[in-house]
Amino acid sequence: MRAVYRTLPGRLHKHAEPVVSAPTYDLGKLHGGLRLQAHKQMSTAEPIRQVPVPEQLFLPLTQHAGDPAQPVVGIGEHVLKGQLIAECEGTLCAPIHASSSGTIVAIEPWPVSARHGENAPCIVIECDGKDTAIGTDENSPSYDKLVPEDLLGQILLGGITGLGGAVFPTAQKLMQATTCDVEYLILNGVECEPYISCDDALMREYGREVIGGAQILMHALDVDVCYIAVESDKPIAIQHLGEALAEIDDERIVIKMVPTIYPSGGEDQLVQLVTNREVPSGGLPSDVGCLVQNVGTAAAIHNWMIKREPLISRVTTITGDGVATPMNVEARLGTTIADIVRFAGGYTESAEQLIIGGPMTGKSVTSDRVPLVKATNCILVLSQTPSVSPEMPCIRCGDCAAVCPVQLLPQQLFWYTCADDESKMRSHGLIDCIECGCCDLVCPSHIPLTANFRTAKARILEQADEKARAERARHRFEARNDRLERDQLQREEELARQKQAARQAAPDAIAEILKRKQAAADED
Amino acid sequence: MEFIRREAPYLAPKVDVASMMLQVLVALIPAALAHVWYFGPGFLFNLIIASIFCVGSEALMMRARGRDPRVALADYSALVTAALLAFALPSLTPWWITATGALFAVIVAKHLYGGIGFNIFNPAMAGYVVILVAFPMEMNLWVAPRMGDIDYVNLTVLQTIVYTLSGSLPDTLGFDAISRATPLDAMQSGLRTMRTYAEIRTNPMMGDFGGRGWEWLGNFFAIGGSWLLVKKIIRWQIPAGVFAGLLVPAGLMFIFDPSTNASPGFHLFSGATILCAFFIATDPVSAATSPKGRFIYGVGIGFLIYAIRKWGSFADGVAFAVLIMNMATPAIDYITRPPIVGHKSEGRER
Repeated sequence: MRAVYRTLPGRLHKHAEPVVSAPTYDLGKLHGGLRLQAHKQMSTAEPIRQVPVPEQLFLPLTQHAGDPAQPVVGIGEHVLKGQLIAECEGTLCAPIHASSSGTIVAIEPWPVSARHGENAPCIVIECDGKDTAIGTDENSPSYDKLVPEDLLGQILLGGITGLGGAVFPTAQKLMQATTCDVEYLILNGVECEPYISCDDALMREYGREVIGGAQILMHALDVDVCYIAVESDKPIAIQHLGEALAEIDDERIVIKMVPTIYPSGGEDQLVQLVTNREVPSGGLPSDVGCLVQNVGTAAAIHNWMIKREPLISRVTTITGDGVATPMNVEARLGTTIADIVRFAGGYTESAEQLIIGGPMTGKSVTSDRVPLVKATNCILVLSQTPSVSPEMPCIRCGDCAAVCPVQLLPQQLFWYTCADDESKMRSHGLIDCIECGCCDLVCPSHIPLTANFRTAKARILEQADEKARAERARHRFEARNDRLERDQLQREEELARQKQAARQAAPDAIAEILKRKQAAADED
Repeated sequence: MEFIRREAPYLAPKVDVASMMLQVLVALIPAALAHVWYFGPGFLFNLIIASIFCVGSEALMMRARGRDPRVALADYSALVTAALLAFALPSLTPWWITATGALFAVIVAKHLYGGIGFNIFNPAMAGYVVILVAFPMEMNLWVAPRMGDIDYVNLTVLQTIVYTLSGSLPDTLGFDAISRATPLDAMQSGLRTMRTYAEIRTNPMMGDFGGRGWEWLGNFFAIGGSWLLVKKIIRWQIPAGVFAGLLVPAGLMFIFDPSTNASPGFHLFSGATILCAFFIATDPVSAATSPKGRFIYGVGIGFLIYAIRKWGSFADGVAFAVLIMNMATPAIDYITRPPIVGHKSEGRER
């Protein structure tokens, strides 16, 4: 494991002593956080299994943060695996490719697991079972021959988004970062939420792809240091990555082991841990010279740039005490959760809750007809949680503040959200809340703080949005009034000018007319 | 298949108020046993009476406020108030005094402010101060601790019950026969009558640090308090603050003039210092919330305890110190707000 070095925050590994088997540990400081029971072993016992192509695939047009993609295929059309079926529209978007070959049978609303709303437009493919791939352009140049701009353009075409959960289109994220002075590429293999183990499994089996992706990203961003951050409870993944790294022998890439504390895998928290730099409020990691990408995203970039496979499948964890055989699977995007659960042996009798994502930040859905999308890193089926005693008044114990990774005072914030005091909510950092859920777990009064903050945040952001819209409308209105006034003035000036000219011209004209009349009279 | 819908996070909280309060009660058991051993069974009767009145008035107030009384009773906070009040009382206390304290604590200090979580004053200390001011004579009737002395006199269980219920002593015993000055009283009056600290220490009632027997109670509070620290029911900042706030000025004064000032050890092991540091000042509702704020809050209490003992007219100042710092809590919280991550460069917005 020569790839692993002990470094000081912000120092390059080249200047530090290599350590053979003790990876770097705890560099920056993370406030608060929780040590949670991991529940990861149950899904990591077996290697990643491939879910067979289902009969029907449901591909939502919005699988990423931003605007929906626009379909470029019609109903009845036959498509091949990897064929573009919806293209980018707008500035923040990612294209969508057919996950398998078949016929487009519908483009219609279907239940999805997105945060807002229940149904969203999906392209439905009736698979033909042949899984025929579309031919690839064999002559496409190798990535290191491309200038960064062209490379980013290529990444955009692959439909790649962040696979950690926020699904920000990768090309746009990279494009934004190239406008800043980025020093470090950080690959996020932390996966701090309990139950989820898809990144762990991916690093164990696709370590070479992850590192390949890191090299492509480093080329695109023109950075010289890449940290792959992995939590200390994933020794096998660290070992496999280390072996892959030794094979590839790229000394710009360093594996960093970070402590197993939730939420160390949050983007800003990871930057703080790895580089000891604080991402400013409302800012991005690129403001402090970092770019964070999920390890799965790196592997997807590698698969697209090297093997020309667009993002049509992903590794996901299917786990929880409500599933017969918890495991990690690789499934085609668009496969319904029901199909994946069937592959994992079906539900157990105690299955009560279906959660897309982890147990701290995931979204619970009522139906398993929702499809696997680019964001789905975990399918968690839980038996009903033991009944907890009802919500009580806050006793100001302060445990919520002690665990808050952003150092908020949730107990104070709670008062202000109850009172709907927007200026206080803002000054106490409601917008900075990362909704990690730590405060809920330590609250002895069982107050649903995170849910409270989430609603309050949505409300004040909406209000701010409305205000901005109203402001824009006011500006437009005023601009229109100004323009009308200006036009009016111009018209009046013009009129006055014409009148003036007419008045000046008038005597001549009259004289002319008189002259003409005179002439006519003379002729007579 | 259909599933139930909930909001994240989906993991169950690990703690609840009732179990926290129960653990506080459990942590008080060693000191309760010690109290009974040194000062007789009166403590138990006080505890029972305080519990009855605290729990009863809590239920009545919940009903009067139109709420389900079971919710409040299930959190055991009324029992904690009762227990803390019982520890503050002399072992021989007539029932109406205990009842007055309990009723004031729960009805006025707790429920008139909105019940658990909304009280700005520590209910047990508010109740104690009311009876301390209203019944000064009875509240100073402390029996001598059982230390194997020949002239040790205490009431039997039956006599204690009779006194608790009626307030009258057996005909053969007068107040003077059974009551003793507390070590704090003896020290305060001794120093004020121009005797030196060393002289006062020669009194047979004095032990290694504080009064004989009295100082042992402190150890049992410390045992329970340490357990609460280990269980993370309380955090170290408040106890550390109380000790620092009391011992630093006491130490400096003792170094400055050891003849007219009691030693820090005497202050630590006398009165309710250790009970206060671990069990009274750590009441989360009326204390400051941030770690730094809690330390400041503790220091304030510790210093006030010292100031009242040294310059005040009461022998011990724990209850007053706690209530005064309760008033300062909002200000402390306001000043010690931690900086939000990501706001470092722009300073703190207010």
